[in-house]
Amino acid sequence: MAPPTPEVTHPEDVLIVGASAGGLAVAEALRRKGYRGRLTVVGAEPHPPYDRPPLSKQVLSGAWEGERTHLRSRDDLDRLEAEFVLGDPATGLDAAAREVRTASGRVLRADAVVLATGLTALRLPGQDDLAGVHVLRTLDDALALRRDLTTADELVVVGEGVLGAEIAATARGLGTGVTLAGLGDAVMGDHLGGLVGGMLTRLHAGRGVRLRLGVAARSLTGEDGRVTGVLLASGEWLPAGAVVVATGSRPAVGWLAGSGLTLGDGVECDARCRAADGVYALGDIASWHHEGLGRRLRLENRTNAVEQAQVVAANLLGEDRPYVPVPYFWTDQYDVKIQAHGFLTRDAQVDVVEGAPEENRFVARYTVGGQVTGVLGWNMAKAARLHRRSLAEAFTPEKPHA
Amino acid sequence: MKVTVDEEKCCGAGQCVLIAPEVFDQRDDDGIVILLEAEPGEEQHAAVREAAAVCPAAAIELTGRD
Ligand SMILES: Cc1cc2nc3c(=O)[nH]c(=O)nc-3n(C[C@H](O)[C@H](O)[C@H](O)COP(=O)(O)OP(=O)(O)OC[C@H]3O[C@@H](n4cnc5c(N)ncnc54)[C@H](O)[C@@H]3O)c2cc1C
Ligand code: SF4
Repeated sequence: MAPPTPEVTHPEDVLIVGASAGGLAVAEALRRKGYRGRLTVVGAEPHPPYDRPPLSKQVLSGAWEGERTHLRSRDDLDRLEAEFVLGDPATGLDAAAREVRTASGRVLRADAVVLATGLTALRLPGQDDLAGVHVLRTLDDALALRRDLTTADELVVVGEGVLGAEIAATARGLGTGVTLAGLGDAVMGDHLGGLVGGMLTRLHAGRGVRLRLGVAARSLTGEDGRVTGVLLASGEWLPAGAVVVATGSRPAVGWLAGSGLTLGDGVECDARCRAADGVYALGDIASWHHEGLGRRLRLENRTNAVEQAQVVAANLLGEDRPYVPVPYFWTDQYDVKIQAHGFLTRDAQVDVVEGAPEENRFVARYTVGGQVTGVLGWNMAKAARLHRRSLAEAFTPEKPHA
Repeated sequence: MKVTVDEEKCCGAGQCVLIAPEVFDQRDDDGIVILLEAEPGEEQHAAVREAAAVCPAAAIELTGRD
């Protein structure tokens, strides 16, 4: 049975923490829905909202200037009639009072607070004391890495996930020597399974990336404050003029300690993306109950941030919408464009349903226990989207009284 | 309402096609967006606005009042 419709009372003002894809999207969605109340957007970085996917691709390669990643023009932002408080990270939240404190000492209070502070990249011990060791999460990170790539002959990328793989591909495109080291046995194997992981591994090897898979990075080595290489658990030492640590990220919830919210793997929300009365979370930071899957989920991808923002905006304005997306992300490496819909786990049976791996163009269907859970396109974006329909069953809530 | 798309930014996600199939399509080979209707009718406006908002590459731009 549908829960009773709550009384519709629009918040008088909304405070959004995190001024990136998700934070901007919720502000825009509120305005598009006719919301006229006060909007404030607090962001840690000095930049206006910009897009992250190009950072490891067009920005790192130099094809785009940093400004090209800005998601909206200054005029568009003005028209939004939101107050942007940038370069001033939030340092604390009192969820019950819906009060946010910032590093500069601001105290901001609103009827509703939306949390969209994304992720913090993991680092290796000792990394902060060595020049030439990078993470890639922000525009400034990308520009710093790019500067180092123009001088370093040898780059070591630690982490064989999507970020490490994209950085390796982009750096090879610049002519830099690249070693990719990671715990998994195949490039993106944990995310895309054995067949595609194997193909990506061969793709990188074919482009001259030296692969050190199935082995942990033990430590960084340095001289005079600058990195000289990476020591692996196998004892092998990989010399490097620059190192990127792409071993994963954690939800940026440090500032929410003591807020009264439940923090697990991210900010824990209900099926409506609500973390507490008048407090919502979205994007990379939000762990919510996916009613179609019947379990908690947290996604780290670009479409999730904006789609979840649409649902949060609706719920802020009194609708009662569960968030039940089919996960989706894409990645570009060399001349390969991968589109991934749903879950593409290692335990799935993988069948090629269109095209062929030998032709460098195919769609693969992932099945677990007789149910289609994922669809992957390898240089076949449109066909993959058409196959996405077969995922509906796995992600749609069952009829009531399940 | 006038719609323009930036093919260079488009990542081939196809979210726009899912939301507004009468206005957007994708190329068969690389999935890049095809604009079917640069000045869509009134009844399409809400869908087009949502597509522009959800496009993960910020590749869809809308100009003009309504
Ligand atoms: C290099 C890179 C490449 C990517 N490529 C792809 C891709 O190809 N495809 C794909 O689907 N996804 C990709 N992603 C993932 C995608 O960019 C993210 O899922 C998306 O940006 C999430 O949006 P968000 O708004 O939740 O968080 P974020 O974009 O991380 O934004 C969070 C914002 O909050 C700010 N913030 C943090 N702490 C505070 C604080 N205490 N107070 C105020 N502000 C704070 C941060 O500065 C940041 O601006 C990529 C990510 C990166 C980093
Ligand atoms: S939603 Fe955006 S990125 Fe995706 S196909 Fe449409 S225009 Fe391209």
